[in-house]
Amino acid sequence: MDLNIAGIRLDVTEDGYLTDVSQWNKEIAKEIAQNEGVVLTDRHWEIISWIQEQVKNEVALSIRGIKNSGVIDIKEFYALFPNGPLKVSTKIAGVPKPKSCI
Amino acid sequence: MKNLIILGAGTAGTMMANHLVSKLPNKEWKITIIDQYKTHYYQPGFLFLPFDTYTEDQVKKVGKKFIPKGVRYIQKKIEKILPEENKVTLEDETLNYDLLIIATGSKIAPEETEGLLGPLWKKDIFDFYTFEGSLALRNKLRTWEGGKLVIHLTEMPIKCPVAPLEFAFLADSYFRKKGMRDKVKITYATPLSSAFTKPMSSKALGHLLSEKGIHMEPDFAIERVDNDTKEIIDYGGKKVPFDLLVTIPTNMGDEVIQRSGLGDDLNFVPTHKHTLQSLAHENIFVIGDATNVPASKAGSVAHFQAETLNDNILLYIKGLPLKEEFDGHANCFIETGQNKALLIDFNYVTEPVRGNFPLSFSGPLKLLKESVLNHWGKLAFRWIYWNMLLKGIPIPFVSRNMSTKGKIFENK
Repeated sequence: MDLNIAGIRLDVTEDGYLTDVSQWNKEIAKEIAQNEGVVLTDRHWEIISWIQEQVKNEVALSIRGIKNSGVIDIKEFYALFPNGPLKVSTKIAGVPKPKSCI
Repeated sequence: MKNLIILGAGTAGTMMANHLVSKLPNKEWKITIIDQYKTHYYQPGFLFLPFDTYTEDQVKKVGKKFIPKGVRYIQKKIEKILPEENKVTLEDETLNYDLLIIATGSKIAPEETEGLLGPLWKKDIFDFYTFEGSLALRNKLRTWEGGKLVIHLTEMPIKCPVAPLEFAFLADSYFRKKGMRDKVKITYATPLSSAFTKPMSSKALGHLLSEKGIHMEPDFAIERVDNDTKEIIDYGGKKVPFDLLVTIPTNMGDEVIQRSGLGDDLNFVPTHKHTLQSLAHENIFVIGDATNVPASKAGSVAHFQAETLNDNILLYIKGLPLKEEFDGHANCFIETGQNKALLIDFNYVTEPVRGNFPLSFSGPLKLLKESVLNHWGKLAFRWIYWNMLLKGIPIPFVSRNMSTKGKIFENK
C-alpha cells in the first residue's frame, strides 16, 4: 500500500505504518497524528524521539517496558496517545508496529 | 568425569535427559537433572480439567518415571546458578558443572497485577495455568448459575498463547451443553488488537468468536482489579464488569533466574534464537519456556528445540561450530468447542496458513480449518506426550523445522 502525506508518496503497511523509517519527518508525523486524533505537544515529541531511540537500539516495546522506563508512566502515556498508546505512538514515530511476542 | 546438569524436569528438561543419555558417552559424562517437585503435569490438560473433560489423574504422573536410568535425579530446590564459577547451589549442597541446560520454564505471576490476589481470588477469580487453579475453577463451574464470564489476558508472552481463546470456545460449548448458554455473557479481554498474535489466524479465530456470541474487548491493557465493584480496569480507564473472572496472569521465568541475575525483566534468559545457547555464557544452553526467544511457549516448541539442542550439545562438546537451525517451529491444536479443533503450524517468519498436515496431499489433518479429526488429534496427543514426546521418541512425519509442503501461501 502507499499513502500520500504532506505531498510525499509513502510506502505503508496494511495498518498504515511506514515501511521505510528513513521517509519519516516531523511533517509526516503531524499528519499521521491528526488522522489519529492527536495534537502533538513538546511532551509528545520527547516521547516520539525516545521511542525511535528504543527501536534503533532494538529494544522491544511493551507496556511493561514503558512502566519500567523511568521516562513516562502509563497514565501519562495513555493521556498523550489515547486508545492503544503503543500502536498510536509507534505509528506517529514512523517505526514498525510492536510485535506482541507470541 | 565431566558433569552435565539439567535444571528443571518439566517437558523440556525431561526430553533433554532422554535424548542425551543415549548420546553422551557414559564413561566421560555424568548427567544430573534437578527439580524440586515430585509431580509431572500434562499441562495442556489444564484446559480440559475445568470442563470435566479430563480427571485429575489424567493430567499428572510421578515425574521420576520419565527420567531414564543412568541419569541422576535430585529432588531439591535450586537456590542459585553461579555462572562465573560453573556451580549450582541447592538447598544443602553445591554441584559443579561443565555444561548447564536451563529448563526451568515459566509460571504465572498474579502478584504483578494490583488486586488480582485480593479477596475474590479463588472465589470469583481463577486461573487455569496451574493444577490447583484449574481444579478450583472446575469446582466453581460445576455449581455456577451464570452471569458475566470474563476471560482476560494480562500481557504477552504467555505459555500456550492460544489457550485463552480455546478456553472461551470450550466455555461456550460447556454452557450450551448444560442448557444455560443464555444465562452466560462471555467477554474476551486482550491487550492485543485482535484475537491472536498472527494476522492470518486472527481473522479465522476472530470470526469464530463472533460466531459463538463471544464479545471481544481488544487493546485492553489491565491496570488493576477492583474487588468491590467486580471490574477489571485498564490503563485507559476502560472498565469490564465480571461475575466470574478467568485470568491469565503475567507469565514469568522462575525466580532462580532472577536470583542468579541471568534473566530479562520477565526472568526469561536471553538466548540465541537459532542455536539455543545462552547469550551471556557459552557453556549454558536454554530450552523451552525459560528462553526469551520469540517463539511460542509451548510443549511442541520445546520438542522441536530439543532436537536441535541435542545436536548442538554434541557439537559444543567436540568444539565444533553450533547449528543455527531452530526456526521457531510451533504446532498447535486449537480447540474450538463442540468436539472440533483447528491446527496451526508456523515458525519465526511464516504465519499459520491453510493446507494439509503432516502429509502434503492427504493430511489427514487440516490446517487453519475446523474439523472433528483435529479434535481427536488433540486428545490423542495426551498419549503421545506421556509415551513418546517425553521419552524423546520422534513423532512420525513431523520434522524439527517447519515444512512448507502442503501449505497454501496466498499473495496478499
